[in-house]
Parts: sequence; structure tokens; C-alpha cells
Amino acid sequence: MLVRARGLTKRFEDFTAVAGIDFDLYRGEAFGFLGPNGAGKSSTMRMIGCVSPPTSGELAILGLDPVRDGSAIRARLGVVPQEDTLDVELTVRENLLVYGRYFGLPRKVIRERTAALLDFVQLADRAADKVDPLSGGLKRRLTIARSLINEPEILILDEPTTGLDPQARHVVWDRLFRLKQRGVTLILTTHYMDEAEQLCDRLVVMDHGRFAAEGSPRDLIARYCSPEVLELRFDPELHEQAGDKLKDFPAERAELLADRILLYVTDGDEALAAVRETGLEPLTSLVRRGTLEDVFLHLTGRRLED
Amino acid sequence: MSSAASRMLPPTGRMLPPAGRLGRLRRAGTDAGSLRLIERHARAYRHAWLVFASGVFEPLLYLLSLGLGLGVLIGKVPGPGGRLVPYREFVAPGLLAVSSMNGAMYDSTFNVFFRLKYAKLYDAILATPIRPAQLALGEIGWALIRGAIYAVAFTLVMLALGLVHSPWAVLAVPGAVLIGFAFAAVGMAGTTYMKSWQDFDYVILASMPLFLFSATFYPLSVYPRPLQVIIECTPLYQGVVLLRDLVLGAPGPGLLWRAAYLAALGLAGLLVTGRRLARLLLV
Ligand SMILES: Nc1ncnc2c1ncn2[C@@H]1O[C@H](COP(=O)(O)OP(=O)(O)OP(=O)(O)O)[C@@H](O)[C@H]1O
Ligand SMILES: [Mg+2]
Repeated sequence: MLVRARGLTKRFEDFTAVAGIDFDLYRGEAFGFLGPNGAGKSSTMRMIGCVSPPTSGELAILGLDPVRDGSAIRARLGVVPQEDTLDVELTVRENLLVYGRYFGLPRKVIRERTAALLDFVQLADRAADKVDPLSGGLKRRLTIARSLINEPEILILDEPTTGLDPQARHVVWDRLFRLKQRGVTLILTTHYMDEAEQLCDRLVVMDHGRFAAEGSPRDLIARYCSPEVLELRFDPELHEQAGDKLKDFPAERAELLADRILLYVTDGDEALAAVRETGLEPLTSLVRRGTLEDVFLHLTGRRLED
Repeated sequence: MSSAASRMLPPTGRMLPPAGRLGRLRRAGTDAGSLRLIERHARAYRHAWLVFASGVFEPLLYLLSLGLGLGVLIGKVPGPGGRLVPYREFVAPGLLAVSSMNGAMYDSTFNVFFRLKYAKLYDAILATPIRPAQLALGEIGWALIRGAIYAVAFTLVMLALGLVHSPWAVLAVPGAVLIGFAFAAVGMAGTTYMKSWQDFDYVILASMPLFLFSATFYPLSVYPRPLQVIIECTPLYQGVVLLRDLVLGAPGPGLLWRAAYLAALGLAGLLVTGRRLARLLLV
């Protein structure tokens, strides 16, 4: 077991960001943290990264205590923080060289790894450029390359692909998948359900500092979602009103989003016909299968019955 | 120098390495962490070598204008032990002391604040095995290396201008580094309490009077006695006298006290800085 947490808690003054969570992470798996803004994902990542002492509870990383042995643990971690912390006074290549030195690696080893890593994230042609003018996506890729300079056993990625274009995201997914194949353990947070579905073996949905659910993406969909989902979009004027009306609709569950109403049902077409019979006429409608996003909305969103 | 100094430090910060002999050994092994930061700065300044070089010229310009220019009008003033010395010989060591203070303060306040709050440099580094106390030590070590280079350059110019008459002047370089140590450590400790750039007015508020009144430009004897006592308590005055006694070849036992005073200030600043960085960054 690589990481073990029991009753892990983080408080800032009297605000509780992480409210006693339990989890175990095993070697070689990819573990995801989903959750709305402020759920406590980054706070958890920082505790695992040994840059934030837990307020209470137990936490063991690689069998060590993060407060006492933080330095030794960090030597074996790779970290991609939510906000880039690249060294803007240095070039792309120098960022990797200098970062490797922070780990006390010999220069020769760092030089070899730097060349390989720049290829790995497709930045070799920008090696001599300053970091500052790079686009957000390129900076993100450099941050990922930097986190790998010490060949970490555990890679902690806090929203690794936020702000990337679709191509760049696929590049990052591919790279992360390859790392996983090589046996690197991934811990990641994300707001993208497709990313979680693609990369994570197991995931937790976090809300208000607690776990609302945990399991594999497939489990979660089976457990928290109906076979089909009917998406309805009404005239904005009628949106609230339609929501009220559909409250008592015989669906498994209904979800009122800012722009759409989702009905969780067994048969989408049947449900659409039934909606029309109540006299409501949606501007657009769509019947689709349940996804992880529905699970997320169910667990953390606003429900009609609220 | 930096790893020796770090072994003297009690553990700081909340992220402590393991206690006991094994822990101490491991600490000693990774104390190179502060050297890594110095390496990083050396690399970063390769892209800004002009900024680096300008530090050599600033005190030299002062020396030319005040020492050689103003010195022609002033003639002789009482130096160490009341002995009359030409003004340019009097003012030169004072300028070395002042520029050591200014250089150290600049590095440890503006630059450190920028790295702390804007560049997020320390956040990046603390994700690696490096610890907060090593960060503090590395920053101060860097300020000292820079200060030493400038002090050597300045001392050589004094020599070339015939302002040095004693072999004791060799010790002016470590003396200047000691002044740099005291001000860099205290300045950096203060910086960890700063919230915004406005707070830097306090740095100017503190260093400006020191710069002007620490017997840098004229002897302490011009002041009334009560004022003299206050000035004698300031670190820059002690530094000025330290360097002046050395360069003009009149060292006494007081020199050791002055050096001890500056070293104590520096160590205190270093300790506070290590603790504060841990508290600010490891939240
Ligand atoms: N240093 C801090 N001091 C005070 N409060 C903090 C601090 N860091 C985080 N918080 C609070 O803790 C809560 C959880 O923050 P956290 O960054 O862990 O959320 P998150 O799940 O990562 O959100 P996001 O998806 O927006 O990144 C937030 O309400 C935040 O305001
Ligand atoms: Mg976050």
C-alpha cells in the first residue's frame, strides 16, 4: 500500500476543508478525486505531497510519516500543482536541469532525462526558450515533464489538463497512460469526467471535504445513474416553471441545471412523450445513456426536490 | 560555509526530519539543499548579468564622487583613535560598509518577496526534498556570495587608489560579508512578515537613517553624546567602524565584539526566517 489515510482532516482557522476522509492507494493504480470547486481536493493533494501538515487523523505515504519524513517522501514523489510554479527566470531546459538539482541528482543523469522528457511532452524544439512567453498549455506540459525528473513512484496531478486544448489533453492522457503502464501510481484531480473515465481505475467524488461516493467509473454509473437520461431545454423564461412542474414527474430522479433539466429514466422516448402530455413543450430534447457526469451532478448538484 | 552554518542551526519549521543520530546524519547529507538554491540563482543571473555587474559600480561611483570629489574640499578628519586622516581614506571603508548593507537588503527583501509571493519559487522548491530552513540558508548564502564579490572589487579599487595602508585591510572583505550576513538575515526575516509592496517603505525608513547617520560620511564626534550612544547601538555603525579600523590599520579588541554583534544578528535572522518560511508556505 502506498498511501493510507484514516480520518484525515485539514482545517484552516475554523474552516474545515477536509473533514475526515479514509482511503488506501495501491501501487500502480490511478486514483481520481472529483468534486466541485472548494470540495477539498487540492487540500488533500497538498497533504499527500507533504507540503501541508494534516490537522488531525492518520496519513502514511510510502510507509512514512509526512510530517517527520517529509523530505524523504518528497524525494520519491512527482507533483503537478494546480497552479504552475515554473521558474520564469529560466529557460525551458534550465527549468528541468535546476529542478533535478533540487533532488540532488547528478548533472549527467539530469541532462539525459531532460532530453528524454522534453521529447516525451513534445517540447524539444522550445528547449532554449524562456518560460514566460509560453502558452498555458505548453507550460502545463513543461510542469508535467518537470514532475518526472526524479522518476517518481507516485505522481500527484492537480487538474493536469485544465486549460489545455483538446489535442494537448489527448497528448497528456496518452503520456499519463504510458506512465501508468510503466508502474507509476497516479493520483489526480479533475473537473473533466471523460478524463476521469479514461484514466482512473478508482475514483472518489468529494463534496464539502467528505467522500460522497467511491468506486470504479463503471460501478459509480451503475450505482448512481439510470440506464437513460432525458435532457430537456426550455425557453429561459419557462425554465423554473417547467422545473416546478416536473418535480412530481415519475422519473427515477430529476436534476435542474442552470440551462437544462435532466430526467433519469429507464426509457427516454417514453418519458419525453409523457412530458409532452403534461403540456410542456421543450425547445430541444435529447435522449442519451448515463455517464459519470450524471453521477457527479447527482452527488454534488442541486436536485428538484431540494 | 553554508553547510557548516546549517549544522549549527537547531531544527526549524514544522516539517522536521527524523530525530536521533540517523536523522542528524540524513540532515547533514541533504544540507546541500541550500547549495542547490545558490546554483539556481547563479544560473538565473546568467540571464541578467548586467544587473549583477551594476552592483560593482554603484559603490565605486560613490567613492569617486564623495571620496575624490568632495574629499578635495574637506581635507583631513579624525579617524580611528582621533588620528587625522585624509577624507577619502576616511570615507572609503564607510562606503564599503554601506554598500554591503544595501546589497544584502536588496537581495533579501525585494528579491525574496518577489520569489515568495509572485514567482512562487519557494512553493516549487518545497515540493522537492529541500526544507524551509535550507531555503533560508540558501538565500542568505547567495546574498553573501554576491556581497563578497562586490567587496573584493571595491577593496581592489581602494588599493589601486592608494587608500589602503595596512595588511589588515585584507580582513575588510570578510568584514563586509559579515555586515551583509547581518542585514540579509534580518532583512529576510522582516520580509516574511510583509504583506504588500507598500510595506517596503519600512525597509527604506529603516535603512535610510542608518545610511546617512552611521558615521559613514563624517566622524561620530560631531554628534552630542546622547545621540552618539544611540548610533553606537546600530549595526551599520558597528560595521562601519569595523571596516574603517581594518582598512586604516588600527584594529583593537573591540573588533571582536563588533563582529560578534553582527554575527548574532545574522543568526537570529536566519532562525526566524526558517521558521517563518515553514509557517507561510507549509499550510
Ligand atoms: N490556505 C488556505 N487558507 C484558508 N482556506 C483555504 C486555504 N486553502 C484552501 N482553503 C479553503 O479550503 C476549501 C477547499 O479548497 P481546495 O483548494 O482544497 O478545493 P478544491 O477542491 O481543490 O477546489 P477547486 O476545484 O476549485 O480547485 C476552500 O473553501 C478554500 O477556500
Ligand atoms: Mg483545487
